[in-house]
Amino acid sequence: MASLDDLKKRISSVKSTQKITKAMKMVAAAKLRRAQESAEKGRPYSNKMNNIILNLSNGIADKENAPKLLIGSGENKTHLCVVLTSDRGLCGGFNSNIIKKAKSYFQKILNEGKTLKIITVGSKGYDQLKRVYKGNIIEKISFKESKNTNYFDADKVGKIIIDKFEKKEFDVCVIFYNQFKNVITQIPQKQQIIPLQASEKKEEFLSEDSYEFEPEEDEILSNLLPKNISTQIFKAMLENSASEQGSRMSAMDNATRNAGEMVDKLTIEYNRSRQAAITKELIEIISGAESL
Amino acid sequence: MSEEFKIEIVNPEKSFLSKEDITEVVIPAFEGEMGILKDHISIISFLKPGIIKIYSKLGEDKYYVEDGIIEFKNNCLSILTSDIFDIKKIDKNFISESLLKAEKETQNKDISDQAKYLIDQKIEVLKSLSLN
Repeated sequence: MASLDDLKKRISSVKSTQKITKAMKMVAAAKLRRAQESAEKGRPYSNKMNNIILNLSNGIADKENAPKLLIGSGENKTHLCVVLTSDRGLCGGFNSNIIKKAKSYFQKILNEGKTLKIITVGSKGYDQLKRVYKGNIIEKISFKESKNTNYFDADKVGKIIIDKFEKKEFDVCVIFYNQFKNVITQIPQKQQIIPLQASEKKEEFLSEDSYEFEPEEDEILSNLLPKNISTQIFKAMLENSASEQGSRMSAMDNATRNAGEMVDKLTIEYNRSRQAAITKELIEIISGAESL
Repeated sequence: MSEEFKIEIVNPEKSFLSKEDITEVVIPAFEGEMGILKDHISIISFLKPGIIKIYSKLGEDKYYVEDGIIEFKNNCLSILTSDIFDIKKIDKNFISESLLKAEKETQNKDISDQAKYLIDQKIEVLKSLSLN
């Protein structure tokens, strides 16, 4: 059995760890509220953008000559996967969940004999992927310096993607991120952004009435689609940051509870061994007195 | 019937403005300024750098935008833009900075005609703003 001193030290170290996890939970909770708010505020923009694009692409008569960003390059050989993760750890299964989802998709692509290229956003994703897919990672981006998720950062990522698309470096682009459902549930998502896939559930927004376009449809589309890429990335980043904080909050909550349990257990052990020591001393004194 | 319609301006970070008592909006559309009144036909267009003027019974509001897209449908005007500034609150330093940046960009010879047109527009608007 460990000595009393050792137990005492362990109890105090667990207690201070508990303090840290508790503080981290508080911080994550505060950040979560902000992240959630901005995720909600960001939704109207991306929804509206989606609607307009859907309306526009419906209006396009000449599907053959539609902008490449909408219909794709016509081939399906090289896949670009953008994996959005966090820059910081200690957030439970947040990063691993995205990576797991991404990895299974990577495997599928590679099994089909297609080329795989990866862009990682956030340093944790890079750390986890570099072991297996180092050769496939063509770019790693990290926004450690930016305090909040902002559109400017998302636009940077979007421009990189569009630039690579125009140079014909890939045919299909897929992004991976965590969608925020609530504090305990985040759903890893895979979303294809090039060529654009209209999600079926949005169909109710489609209006029957025709639009007037100024300038022509395809000109608007070619102006709008690059923006849509950035918008989708921004949306993913917002969802991600809310998910990250949520995930961290519940992870830290668990850690605090576990630390509490551990302190209880150690305290019981400490008291027992203290009592044992006292009993032992008493026995020694009594048996010493008896022998006189 | 009232002659009012609804306007919503959103940027990626938040919903910037939402009003229901608008009588007229003048937007700097790509092919020239466009005035929108109630019961305008459904339209989609995009913006060049310029001033959005919003008229309501209470008066007139002006906003500076750099780009964006507008959709008008069922008497609801949606403006999606990445950058929008209230002219009353706009920072003079910001104007001169973006003016410098834009002027530098015009030096660049490889830009397309369309990009050049947009930058020229931007310079023009920024100059007029800095005079006020």
